Amino acid sequence: MTHSRINRVVTVVNPLGIHLRPAGLIANTANRFAAQVEVVKGGDRFDARSVLSLLTLAAGQGTQLALQAHGPDAEPALDALAELFAQGFHEMEAASERASPAAGLDH
Amino acid sequence: MRFSDFVCVSAIRAELKAGDKPSAIQELVASLVAAEAVPAAQQEGIVKAILKREELGSTGIGRGVAVPHAKHASVDRLIGTIGVSSNGIDFNSLDGENVHLFFLLVSPPDRPRDHLLALESISRQLRDDAFCRCLKNAKSVQDIQTLLNEADQTQAGA
Repeated sequence: MTHSRINRVVTVVNPLGIHLRPAGLIANTANRFAAQVEVVKGGDRFDARSVLSLLTLAAGQGTQLALQAHGPDAEPALDALAELFAQGFHEMEAASERASPAAGLDH
Repeated sequence: MRFSDFVCVSAIRAELKAGDKPSAIQELVASLVAAEAVPAAQQEGIVKAILKREELGSTGIGRGVAVPHAKHASVDRLIGTIGVSSNGIDFNSLDGENVHLFFLLVSPPDRPRDHLLALESISRQLRDDAFCRCLKNAKSVQDIQTLLNEADQTQAGA
């Protein structure tokens, strides 16, 4: 049985970008699936299962990336990964909690 | 970003004495203080911030490498040092392996981009097995500096 390659465009929304923790989350999530997932930036391809590979993206906030998956569970793999990107790697709530008291100090 | 943009050469430690995670972090931060890259009065605070970051998840990224780091207001630019432990240190790494190579980073709170670029430089080089092996086998600061310069030149030529 052959599987077609599926593609999804995602955006890095968290302010800190893909630093170590997000890279770890992406790699862990990608590792849960049999599908091979790659992150494509410009013409370069990066292995979504490798933290080292993901860190070389140096993807800051606002960066658009393509996720490409190939394999039996490619669709759920991309769903799970796209969800992580959309949630800002769970950093958005923490960022707004930190922002409010800090903003208060400025006044 | 080149290694020479953030690695404080006089803080590099080619043979760490530390045998566990907290003392490795302590030793590397102390090396930055000794090199006058961070103020002595902030040593304790920086160590605490780095240990706190480790509680969120180990920065041991596999391949015997860790990137302990923290944001700290006492620095006005990203500053880092490198330590090598020939025995290896248990760092609760993602792959369970002991850590031989440490890249410790302290960055200003408002510069996430620089942190990403430093991680990029480090991870790019670490994907090169020869670089990794040579760095782990480095016996002197001079050896490490040579390797870093070579990496910087390769990057500049790429």
